[in-house]
Amino acid sequence: MAVNRKVIGQSLPRPNVMSFIKGHGKYLDDIIVPGMLHVCYVRSPYAHAKIIEINADDALAIEGVVKIVNGKDLLEYCKPWTAGLTNLGEMRSAPQHAMPPEIARWQGEAVVAVIAETKAIAEDAAELVEIDWEELNPVTDLQKATENDSALIHPELESNVAWSIDIDAGEVDSALENSDIVVEKVFEVGRQTGVTLEPRGMIADYDRGKSYLTLHHATQVPHIQRYIIARQLGLSESSVRIICPELGGGFGLKLHVYGDELTTCALSMMLGRPVKFVADRLESFLSDIHARGHRISAKVGVNKDGQIQAMTLDNLAGCGPYLIHPRTSVIEPLLVAICTPLAYNLQHYRAKATLVYQNKVPTGQYRGVGMPIASLVAEGLVDAAALACGIDKVEIRKRNLHAVDAYPVTAVSGEFLEGLSQVASLEKLTSMMDYKGLRAEQKTMRDKGIHRGIGVVTVVEGTAPSPALYAAGGAPISSRDACTLRLEADGEISCTTGLTDQGQGGVAIVTQIIADTLDLSMDAIRVSMGDTATTPFGGGTWASRGTAIAGEATLRAAKAMRASILEVTSMISEQPVDILDLVNGEIVNLETGETQMSMQDVGQAIHFKTHQFPEDFEPEMIITRHYSQREQLMVYANCALGVSLDLDINTGLVTLKKIWAVDDCGRIINAKLVTEQLRGGIVQGIGSALFEECLYDEDGQLLNGNLIEYLVPMAGDVCDIECAHIETPTKASELGAKGCGEAGIIGVCGAIMNAINDALEPFNASVTSQPFTPAKILRALGKV
Amino acid sequence: MSELTQTVDVCITLNGHSIKATIPARENLADFIRHRIGLMGTNVGCEQGICGACTIRLNGDSVRSCLTLAAQANGHTVETIEGLTDSGEISQLQEAFHRNNAAQCGYCTPAMLITATELLNSKTEISRDKIREYLSGNLCRCTGYHAIIDAVEEVAEAQNNGR
Ligand code: FES
Ligand code: FES
Repeated sequence: MAVNRKVIGQSLPRPNVMSFIKGHGKYLDDIIVPGMLHVCYVRSPYAHAKIIEINADDALAIEGVVKIVNGKDLLEYCKPWTAGLTNLGEMRSAPQHAMPPEIARWQGEAVVAVIAETKAIAEDAAELVEIDWEELNPVTDLQKATENDSALIHPELESNVAWSIDIDAGEVDSALENSDIVVEKVFEVGRQTGVTLEPRGMIADYDRGKSYLTLHHATQVPHIQRYIIARQLGLSESSVRIICPELGGGFGLKLHVYGDELTTCALSMMLGRPVKFVADRLESFLSDIHARGHRISAKVGVNKDGQIQAMTLDNLAGCGPYLIHPRTSVIEPLLVAICTPLAYNLQHYRAKATLVYQNKVPTGQYRGVGMPIASLVAEGLVDAAALACGIDKVEIRKRNLHAVDAYPVTAVSGEFLEGLSQVASLEKLTSMMDYKGLRAEQKTMRDKGIHRGIGVVTVVEGTAPSPALYAAGGAPISSRDACTLRLEADGEISCTTGLTDQGQGGVAIVTQIIADTLDLSMDAIRVSMGDTATTPFGGGTWASRGTAIAGEATLRAAKAMRASILEVTSMISEQPVDILDLVNGEIVNLETGETQMSMQDVGQAIHFKTHQFPEDFEPEMIITRHYSQREQLMVYANCALGVSLDLDINTGLVTLKKIWAVDDCGRIINAKLVTEQLRGGIVQGIGSALFEECLYDEDGQLLNGNLIEYLVPMAGDVCDIECAHIETPTKASELGAKGCGEAGIIGVCGAIMNAINDALEPFNASVTSQPFTPAKILRALGKV
Repeated sequence: MSELTQTVDVCITLNGHSIKATIPARENLADFIRHRIGLMGTNVGCEQGICGACTIRLNGDSVRSCLTLAAQANGHTVETIEGLTDSGEISQLQEAFHRNNAAQCGYCTPAMLITATELLNSKTEISRDKIREYLSGNLCRCTGYHAIIDAVEEVAEAQNNGR
């Protein structure tokens, strides 16, 4: 059935975006459930400390306080969990409680819940809860944590090392020996956090009569959360319903298991009343997952002509006191290890990673997961090699990218790359940014004392993971998704899917695929998401999987719906099905050109006028189709990214001039939305590169846990971002779409580092510690 | 406890309606608008005056409602996204945001529209840099700002052409 593409590929406005623009977005804190109580958490002021005694008498005495609950009270309501995956080597992991009954292991861990009639009362009372603590030795420094005399966060594990990995491909040592030049660098990537503008939150509403827990939960993954929450609380999955409100950002932050959220559920069960929890900004910094926090020693061996012979890296990363549930904190260092060499054609590669426990906020999956670090390391090494060889930085990439005709390629770390357009993307990028012109301009600017830096990177972005990543290791994580379509009696289409939309445009993508396949107006399609009681089970939104996975399920459902509509029309009109087609929302006889039936006629026929049907004819008009990508660990997309910036060598300040990106995410459903995903990711990555770091002292106290001191990019900090697209559809699905949500954040950190170092070249200086702050730049220049 | 329980009487003109209420003296304007009146279009992102998500209009100026006590608005005029949407005053900018996909999650959007409108209403020369500077008190974690700047610039140009 040849589909005449009318809507797929169009940069149409998102159908649901006007409601946000009018202020109608309904987020978690906008929801009021009658009889709702509010919970405020008392959090540990210490990174590692034992609870000796809790005195809540004064707090309880405040009018309006309903109950005060601690970790011991919670034991009979909520089981502890132990995060782990079995498919990625040994993980040493300890049980985590929703609130610890005995020992708090990071500053900010919730230890007491104060429930009151209003949030203000709960906050006031929380301040009156007195806790007697016995301070324990905090484990904070990565290196010291691995040493034998270090204090242990979990003595029963006998070590602070949570996990390690060793990849050794080819003959690394001899390849390095045979290289003309070996460049060595140490890269540091500071700890960051996601900073969704809307903090985490939930309303738990337990109905004791029905033993049924309804959750309004700001989560990216309602079906996965439901499974886990039910299991921890001892409920059956079918007695938990999660309804996602609109989310004010996700970025991976809103898909982990958080103790304060599970506690909120347990409190509602305890009290039989709805309980609302909304984190404030200060709590967010101390309780939302952190990410990154890696130190990588890396080497690259090249021949004089710039040909990469071998690469090695040794990564020491920190993960907080627990592996985050259910995905574990291992995936970030894992992806650093497997993704660093992906862009380039080399045969010899070694990667080691050691992940150690620390008394800091647990780390977890935040947009890009490991890949921004991998790209920073790879692209930093390649630029350093170019400099050492005296080769242009674009040229060295051209010499090392996988050849255009080499695909499919198995990269040296074992990853399958089905088809990328790296060379074409790089060429398009350099012409878009006028790379030669920029280089010439850089020279003349230098003569005038203006230090312009140019950075170019080639990015490989892992998207749309298969079950091999998590589910094969035993984690309850669905990499599958589904779409259910229903033809209504008025001829319109209702759609539900397991996907969720935090503004990426999932609703638009799904609507466009349906409109295209059924040749129907987008106005005749309504998509709803996020309610586990009404949507088909699916993985939700993470790892740039929405369009690639749920999009394909939608295409399959829409094609089946199309066939069903034509079959019904054929039956009623007594015309052969193969001369019927859907055209502009009507079913047309292709031979006569006449409209045979309208969509509404079909809707009326199947829902009301079934007397027209032969006896054994029961057409399906609620159609569900599933898809899971099982061919590749991830479907790899690619991007080329360029940065131009000015560096003030007296202040160390970086001024971004312009950023360019050429992205290839396979089949494009809506290029505008791809562009906006790129731009959003790029600006988050600018935050990583220039500003963002969770700074801790040696006692494990977060020093800048607020938006005043933890800087995120504002409009004036960033520049225009010009984007272009290339389409290399994946063969893994009929739709051919890959993901596009992370390329920007993956590539821009390395591109900015490279551009800064490009500007620093005349001074024989370079920076490799992210964020690249003015202080670090001045230090590299020997000015401070 | 007196500072926690002290109340004040206020009369605030909110989106054209006069509202009289007895409220805790410490209640901030964001909470007043959202939780007392129930207008949820004004969002709260930090309660520290940094993110700008809570921006409303007080006597015509854009103001952070998390840093303003409701009592300070006594006798004054407050406009929120709901009022500005209903009056049609910002519809041109809203259309431009729509065309440009200048909202992703939408959490920053109402406040962004209010701040941008203030700039558009000012008599200053508007450039992309000027827009960037003016919006730098409004955090958007999703869009990367480019589309927002495009939208504001479009309206500024249309205004110029109309002049
Ligand atoms: S909530 Fe008011 S500025 Fe952030
Ligand atoms: S659109 Fe999400 S914060 Fe701006």
